[in-house]
Amino acid sequence: MSEYRGYTGKALEFLKHNKIKVGDTIKITTDIEQTATIMPRYEHSDDLHIVVKFKSGYNVGLSLDKIRKVEFVSGVQTLQENNHTIKQNPSLPKILLLSTGGTIASRIDYRTGSVTPALTAQELNASVPELAEIANIDAEVLFSEYSENITPDHWIKIAQKLDSLAKSDYSGILVAHGTDTMQYTAAFLSFALAGFPKPIVLVGSQRSSDRPSSDAALNLIGAAKFIVKSNVNGVYVAMHNSENDDDIACHLGTRVRKNHTSKRNAFETIGNKPAFVISQDIKQNFTGSYFKQKEYTPKIAVDTKAALIKYHPGYDPKLFEHILEQKYKAVIFEGTGLGHVGRSMYDVIKEAKLHDVFLGMTSQCLDGQVNMAIYESGRDLMHFGVIPLSNMIPEVALVKAMWALGVDPKNIGNIMLKNIASEFTE
Amino acid sequence: MFCVEIDKIGLKVGLEIHQQLATDKKLFCRCKPLELEDYPINFSRRLRLAKSELGKYDPAALFESSKSKQIQYFANPLSSCLVEHDDEPPHKLDQDAKNTALIIASALHSSVFDESYVMRKIVIDGSNTSGFQRTMLLAQGGYLEVDGKKVGVQSICLEEDAAKLIKDSENTREYALDRLGIPLVEIALDPVEGSPEFIKKIAITLGRLLRVTRRVTRGIGSIRQDVNVSVTGGGIVEVKGVQQLDQLEKVIIYEAKRQHGLQLIAKKLESIELESLSKDQSVDVTSFFTDCKSKIVQKSIKDGFIIKAQGIKNFAGIFGYEPYEDIRLGKELGQQVRFFGIGGIFHSDELPNYGIEQDHVDKLRQLLKLEKSDGFFIIAGPKDKIEFALDAVLNRIKAAKIGVPAETRAATNVGDTVFLRPRPGSSRMYPETDIPPILVSNQEFEFAQKNKPKSWNDVMEELQKKYGLNLQLAEQVFDSDYLELFESICSKYQNPNFVASALCSTITNLQRQGMNQSLLKPEHISRVFELLSDDKITKESVEIIFENIMTSKIKTPNEFVQNQPSFGDNELDKFLDDIIQNNIQVIQKQGTHSAGMLMGIAMKSLRGKVSGEKISKSLESKISKILEK
Repeated sequence: MSEYRGYTGKALEFLKHNKIKVGDTIKITTDIEQTATIMPRYEHSDDLHIVVKFKSGYNVGLSLDKIRKVEFVSGVQTLQENNHTIKQNPSLPKILLLSTGGTIASRIDYRTGSVTPALTAQELNASVPELAEIANIDAEVLFSEYSENITPDHWIKIAQKLDSLAKSDYSGILVAHGTDTMQYTAAFLSFALAGFPKPIVLVGSQRSSDRPSSDAALNLIGAAKFIVKSNVNGVYVAMHNSENDDDIACHLGTRVRKNHTSKRNAFETIGNKPAFVISQDIKQNFTGSYFKQKEYTPKIAVDTKAALIKYHPGYDPKLFEHILEQKYKAVIFEGTGLGHVGRSMYDVIKEAKLHDVFLGMTSQCLDGQVNMAIYESGRDLMHFGVIPLSNMIPEVALVKAMWALGVDPKNIGNIMLKNIASEFTE
Repeated sequence: MFCVEIDKIGLKVGLEIHQQLATDKKLFCRCKPLELEDYPINFSRRLRLAKSELGKYDPAALFESSKSKQIQYFANPLSSCLVEHDDEPPHKLDQDAKNTALIIASALHSSVFDESYVMRKIVIDGSNTSGFQRTMLLAQGGYLEVDGKKVGVQSICLEEDAAKLIKDSENTREYALDRLGIPLVEIALDPVEGSPEFIKKIAITLGRLLRVTRRVTRGIGSIRQDVNVSVTGGGIVEVKGVQQLDQLEKVIIYEAKRQHGLQLIAKKLESIELESLSKDQSVDVTSFFTDCKSKIVQKSIKDGFIIKAQGIKNFAGIFGYEPYEDIRLGKELGQQVRFFGIGGIFHSDELPNYGIEQDHVDKLRQLLKLEKSDGFFIIAGPKDKIEFALDAVLNRIKAAKIGVPAETRAATNVGDTVFLRPRPGSSRMYPETDIPPILVSNQEFEFAQKNKPKSWNDVMEELQKKYGLNLQLAEQVFDSDYLELFESICSKYQNPNFVASALCSTITNLQRQGMNQSLLKPEHISRVFELLSDDKITKESVEIIFENIMTSKIKTPNEFVQNQPSFGDNELDKFLDDIIQNNIQVIQKQGTHSAGMLMGIAMKSLRGKVSGEKISKSLESKISKILEK
């Protein structure tokens, strides 16, 4: 904690004048005299209050004009953190827990008063003692970012790290990740690390780990069990399977989507049951192999000049024109129904084709196959060169296009249609 | 053994009152505060201990987590949503609840904080799906005037009520979510010296002040009292769950006795060294006891329990020493282990007993290498719990040296208290990151000032005037659970005194006779007075219907009317004529004085079927006709 964290203006002056800082214990007199600890202030707050924690544990903002007297009692208490040394059991397999941030590693952020991904992977590991009974867990922080701040550069960073572990003695790797964009990262890793020999399991949580009801612990336990017992490779997302704290769903990384803003079981496999369900034992619903090629052929590259367009009534083709002006090389449509966009789009689509832009069609229905042969507009669009992308999830198609542009832009048409990591259901 | 002299031990009692607010929404979502019986949704969870804001674990939470259970929740979508399921963040603070809390703060002359932080009070017994109760300190200071004395207010908090416990078994606990999230105001008063009667008076006065706002819920469970009791030199003991005022006095007297008793026990321990006591000194005596005839011991062995014994130097006579009736260290120890699902302990001062014979006791003493002056205890429990239980017992024995340890206890129905958990500390609180700080504006503050409730005396005067009640009945009506019902009935039925006594005395009397008040719902009572007002039943039937419902003979007042044989004027005439004929001699002998006796005979059969007034009139005219002859 910084000395005056969050304090500005008059409140900051008040602290400095009284020679007290965040963490100090003071005797403070308003209507009554009481002992309290100075707490940090949130950034969006005014400069007319100081925040204190009373002995009862309650935090309140005391208005500066009501404070009659302040007396310093003692300085910042430095807390003796227990150094979590977890006993290793040589007979158990090894797992790496790689943390990238997210709710799963969150605790209070004094900058805004909300939560921030501040727990280290070691702390996360230590907070779930059951993990030590499943495997010997090594923990490492790669970075600490929330989902929305994860960029394709972060995908590359994660992929390179994982690539370096392909031949390690880890049975698998747990990647702690924010849930909002976990499906994008999972998709990228699936393409960039096709054939990776060990299971990679992305784990997140919908309730932060600083609360007793957090789903983080059970998600981690389920994911670790899956790595140790399942004996398959691939990229998976492990989250709650229901509202209950009893089973964990392990979804295919290219077939999964976050479909609820807040529920524990927000993640769903589109069009199918989750590949695996982990409770006391493991129930297997998916029997194929995740990667369609056996050998490990990492191709870690990305080009972000791919766009996702959600077509809707009233969509202005000028928006599309603007995308073309920005030199985008691939556009994935999230079309209506079986895979359509309206007639108003035809001219700009023809224009795009002239510039050799890859145009792929997915459906905003999410579930089901795209089929452009049924209605006239579908046939028109195919004639203009729009490629139907089967039942690929729109976001997955976007990530795949970015990856294809990064690896082999000339060949993007073929790559998009080749099933690499179970992104199509066959 | 003596009676405890309350005025000489420095007894101090602080009340903490939890009152549900009568809002139409919950504190952090729009669900209605309904009590339902049907729960189509259920799900199971487990709670884990999380560290506090300052990186520590709270002792009370740690204690709870040591008996970790699976928790099953039952919910109805009419009274709970994803917020109560802990599957959605809380919504905005309910403005009504905030206003009411501010009005109560104004009435208690407290200083309101214009910036409050909603905190998470960690509670991992499962009563909150999130593992914490949301609570905010809204005001502090101020006073409540009781019999001309000012009792200080420590704090006023606005918080969420907890889920209702339905069932607690060894490995699972079941809760219903209806009540979770209903707004509560928690008012903590300064500890005061004074007689238990005075403390009761404080509770009554505060309860009335809250009800006068007309913004709080009434009825069973809507107000709960916790009592903080201490004696000079002892820790503060918080007693939870005092539901009735009569229980309050008993609890205070019991705690005074217990706490002073513990101090007397501590005196005996002054010269005994306990610091080096450790569970490493305990001995596994499971095989030693295989040939013991005690049923309890045999059952433990059959269940696969581990039995442990531990000796304590110079402890003979200490476990069983009883400074006041039923106050013993041995009893305190038994309560410690009960929370791990372990029945209790045996100690050297009560053995031989329970089927454990002298021979076993002697051999055990040899095994533990004990002198005559030493004591020992035996404890049996499942393998995963025995260590926790042993720790709890040893810690409690060490704490006996200081006299009264600070702890949280629960009130029992008879007014005793039992150990619940250690006292929580400030580590129990963590800022609720899902809710920005709550600001109180000048307008809100002024609104509260303007809506300060009237004084008790003014309210009583109004009630007496409006309904023509005497003061006693007015107070009874107001203090009962039925004020709103009374007013709504009186808006249609024109005999407030009869309504008041039916609601306050009749029902209470029936309940005292052992009948079940909870079967008689407000809508039943309303319906009874509707029937009365429509002349469908007689005044006498009111009590009969109440009685029939409270004893499950009928379910609704309508059932009574349907089952009631119609009793027409002709039938009445014939019935009374028969009585007259059978008693003609008495009438001739006693004249008009015979009316009382005949009335008694008639009412035996006709009570509730025909109004007493009508019978009396008819009888009188029949008697005078006979006498005229």
